[in-house]
Amino acid sequence: MPARNPKANLRKALPNKAGVAVPEIVVPQPRPRSFYGHGLPNVNPSHLQGRLIVVEGADGSGRSTQIRMLVEWLEGSGHATVQVGLKRSELVREELEQAQQGNILSRRTFSLFYATDFADQLENTIIPALTAGFIVLADRYIYTLMARDLVRGMEEDWVKNLYGIAPIPDAVFYLNVSPEILVQRNFAKNYHLDYWESGMDLGLSRDMFDSFLKYQALISEQFHRLQRIYRFTIVDGNLPPEEINRELRRRIQAVLMEKRPDTPR
Amino acid sequence: MKTFAELGFPGRLIAVEGLDGSGKSTQIYLLKRWLEVQGLKVFFSEWNSSELVKSATSKGKKRELLTPTTFSLIHATDFADRYERHLVPLLRAGYLVLCDRYIFTAFARDTVRGCPMDWVRGVYRFANLPDITFFFRAELEVSLQRILSGRPQLKYFEAGMDLRLSSDPYESFRIFQGRLLERYLAMSAEFKFTIIDANQPIEKQQSLVRQLVAARIDLKQFARESAVHTTA
Repeated sequence: MPARNPKANLRKALPNKAGVAVPEIVVPQPRPRSFYGHGLPNVNPSHLQGRLIVVEGADGSGRSTQIRMLVEWLEGSGHATVQVGLKRSELVREELEQAQQGNILSRRTFSLFYATDFADQLENTIIPALTAGFIVLADRYIYTLMARDLVRGMEEDWVKNLYGIAPIPDAVFYLNVSPEILVQRNFAKNYHLDYWESGMDLGLSRDMFDSFLKYQALISEQFHRLQRIYRFTIVDGNLPPEEINRELRRRIQAVLMEKRPDTPR
Repeated sequence: MKTFAELGFPGRLIAVEGLDGSGKSTQIYLLKRWLEVQGLKVFFSEWNSSELVKSATSKGKKRELLTPTTFSLIHATDFADRYERHLVPLLRAGYLVLCDRYIFTAFARDTVRGCPMDWVRGVYRFANLPDITFFFRAELEVSLQRILSGRPQLKYFEAGMDLRLSSDPYESFRIFQGRLLERYLAMSAEFKFTIIDANQPIEKQQSLVRQLVAARIDLKQFARESAVHTTA
């Protein structure tokens, strides 16, 4: 029973025979959608009726914890969800993994390999899910890929054109955590720093610890620059996870109720 | 966009383009043999041949996983790998680099598949232009005949079956190749293609190709180190 006025759905409960209150489920209304650039051949953005929520942040910023909590909450509230992330495509996941192990590809090749991985998930998962009205939760999106490319000297125009295939999300959250705290969280989890997350390929320092700090600072700088262009929400990732999640829910709730996008390009 | 010569590279890049069955691979092979026999520094690179990327491409093709966008991007990845690891370093080292297909193949194929031309060109913007691009122009029927008589089993993407032009692979292949030819001819002037009439005998074409190469590139400069010593 989709209500015409979404506000009428709030906090309205229908009592049943057993006396258990079944809260009415919010039915998101269609909202305009567009791509960042040329978009995809044969895909009409007006058919993408679900919601696309992106969580960005470095390894150790708490992305997966937040997404897990959001899935709980969204599914509990009656919304179907789908999760995507980087390096999860059927097409190139294994090859990309292999290439990273060997560290044999040039920067441009890596960049295009990641773009292929993204495009494969975009067309085979994100687009069909949005078309079917799912809430898509993206554990990183084009912004991480862009930030990595920009730090590695790729031209901004080139990167923007490349990711012109991406639909503009309904909400983008960037979990901002200081590099010093990231180091501690990575050690607490794995007792080591990841080669790529330390930007070792850039030759910033032969010392991995130094390199990690320098690289994460460069990435964070790019993210803040991208934030001014793409207007995503920067969230203080140093706060306790529950507190962060409350903030995300509040903003996502608004996205589910609203018609107008609050994330202009 | 500039050619490698215009950018001051000591090496030169020669590319061949044309429809499947136009005979371009035969011609570039014969050109390579001629240059090698003269003791010149030559390197040959083929479209879609980077080892690592190839495994993903062939998986994608086998399982028919590819969309126009992923088809385009995976070939761009392959190209970037060869370009940055082989072509550019060798051109800086003063090699004659021969490419069986170059970015124009992507411009033609990807746009026939529906990718916007601006986007495809943007993706390949990092690549410089060849110093010579030979386009082997055969009558559509001639190239169709060569492919269809030699390999009756057409592959899915090769026949453009993903475009749903026809349920018959042969018919689909015909329409697809016809559209590719249109795209190639439309960019011929812009990218200064040297058009070779591919309906002529192999030897006649090769003789023309060799004359043109010798006229436009000072081949003496590409002698191998050892060859320099023996002639000096």
